[in-house]
Amino acid sequence: MPDREKFPVHTGGVENFDLESGRYMKVWQGPQHPGVTGNMALELVTSGDEIVDLKTHVGYLHRGFEKLMERRKWIQNFPLVCRICVPEPDFNEYLYAAATEELAGIEIPERAVWIRTLNLEMARLTSFLMWLGGQAGAFGMGTIGQWTVTMRDFMLDLFEELTGGRIYHMYIVPGGVRGDVPQGWFSHVLTTLKNVEKVLDDIELVLFNNAVFKKRAVGLGVITPDMVDYYGITGPNARASGVARDIRKDRSYLIYDKLDFDIITGISIGVDSDIFGRTRLRAAEMRQSISLIRQMIDKMPEGPVHVSPPNVLHWKIPAGETYLSAECTRGEYGYYIVSDGSDKPRRVYVRGPSYTHAVALFEHMAPGTNIADTAGLMVSLHTYPPEIER
Amino acid sequence: MVDLKALRAEMDKRYKVIEISEQRTDLAFLECDKIDVPDAVAYLRDHEGYVHLSFITCVDRLEDEQFEIVYMLRNHEKKHDLGVKTKIDRKNPVMDSMHNHWAAVATYQRELREMFGIEFPGSPGVNRPFALESWAGPPPMRRDFDTRKYSEETYFPRPGRETHDPAEHMKKTQYPGRADL
Repeated sequence: MPDREKFPVHTGGVENFDLESGRYMKVWQGPQHPGVTGNMALELVTSGDEIVDLKTHVGYLHRGFEKLMERRKWIQNFPLVCRICVPEPDFNEYLYAAATEELAGIEIPERAVWIRTLNLEMARLTSFLMWLGGQAGAFGMGTIGQWTVTMRDFMLDLFEELTGGRIYHMYIVPGGVRGDVPQGWFSHVLTTLKNVEKVLDDIELVLFNNAVFKKRAVGLGVITPDMVDYYGITGPNARASGVARDIRKDRSYLIYDKLDFDIITGISIGVDSDIFGRTRLRAAEMRQSISLIRQMIDKMPEGPVHVSPPNVLHWKIPAGETYLSAECTRGEYGYYIVSDGSDKPRRVYVRGPSYTHAVALFEHMAPGTNIADTAGLMVSLHTYPPEIER
Repeated sequence: MVDLKALRAEMDKRYKVIEISEQRTDLAFLECDKIDVPDAVAYLRDHEGYVHLSFITCVDRLEDEQFEIVYMLRNHEKKHDLGVKTKIDRKNPVMDSMHNHWAAVATYQRELREMFGIEFPGSPGVNRPFALESWAGPPPMRRDFDTRKYSEETYFPRPGRETHDPAEHMKKTQYPGRADL
């Protein structure tokens, strides 16, 4: 337990640190810092090398997406939404497309639903690969980052073959997906998955048996089950604490009810909900993702992949509102869309899981930890700043 | 599955429910009086199982001179989302703070104050800027905020830069001589 005497009394959310006393020092970590994911600044007040207060500062990536979307036609927002989250743009595409389809009453063909799910699971695997390298790198193991980023690049090759784009795909469009799968693509996917699995074996051997990683990550950044509701924690951060919640099972959107998988929690794989446990859980979810992709390739139905919506330049969507959520790598990703019957959305609100993880939760977890662990702790919450400020 | 009629009956006993509407089997919207919202949300959280707050946001109903605030709640056991909505006066936008209900509420309220100019008296740190440090203009997410006018008045134009109407420009450069477009 940290020494409580170091912590001044908080009243009304305002802390008064006497920086002149020589007991405290203010340190800014970010906005450009290798240990901070994306552009985000952490304002730390330290006592020795212990953090006594942390404030998250966002806004360095604010591009005003929600405002821009109100000024553009429904179809013009498609190249925009994927840019909200760089490492996994597909969830934005799917949610925006599915929400507009729901409001407009468009049914999409079955094969398109399957390809969408396949696309989302591949995005999940790609994003986790990037994250795993970041988590190891935050504890000084840069080599693992090189392995995972190489594997991520092979995954991006698959996306390029399928959609023409590596990072931003703009593949999931209203009415289905933009085009059918190219010939031989499924076999390329299966080959790449085999390679990813091999590298994953190596990583698990190197990372989870590494004495430095174990010493630093075990017992650090614990999330208890009773924190989950109060702090609005979703995704692997919540599941590692033993709370079995997965929107893929809860809402069973797309075709997740036809696939064979179980919710992975910290209890089911026998880990604690610290950084070490969360890393193990995410590695297990990567393997689950690989298994889901294989199942989908096995059972993929034939048929059309797109139905044409009405002339998209004059496309008016009936008045209404809806909220759709999906399980992304970090938790609940959601789109709340309000239409007033015109050719532009009235309001689009993007709910990113990092909003609660990086601000309320991180500000609560950081005090009492060591300044050298800030980066590792932050990466273990898997936060991406652009979805906080949108 | 959630029985909306039973939920409405329970809510009607305690609060003034204006409307409850079903969008999907797993999503409904409930409209309440402004004064009832903090209690109604606490009731839904403690007695109806809506333990998770997905988000708080605002829709600008400019033509009705109202802001619509939406609290999206989730019941994990019944797998149901419920959006609690309320309308507040746009000329005097003040809403009761709910920062004691969930930890993230204070952040949402900070953002709403910055983006829409809605006041939440008593919410911790609500006056600190969120994403827009040193922003001096009007709240930017309001619908009457004209981004183009603001940027023309605030920033100077770069010399040698032209702007075209996209439709006219496309006609001229891509389809010259086509009268039917």
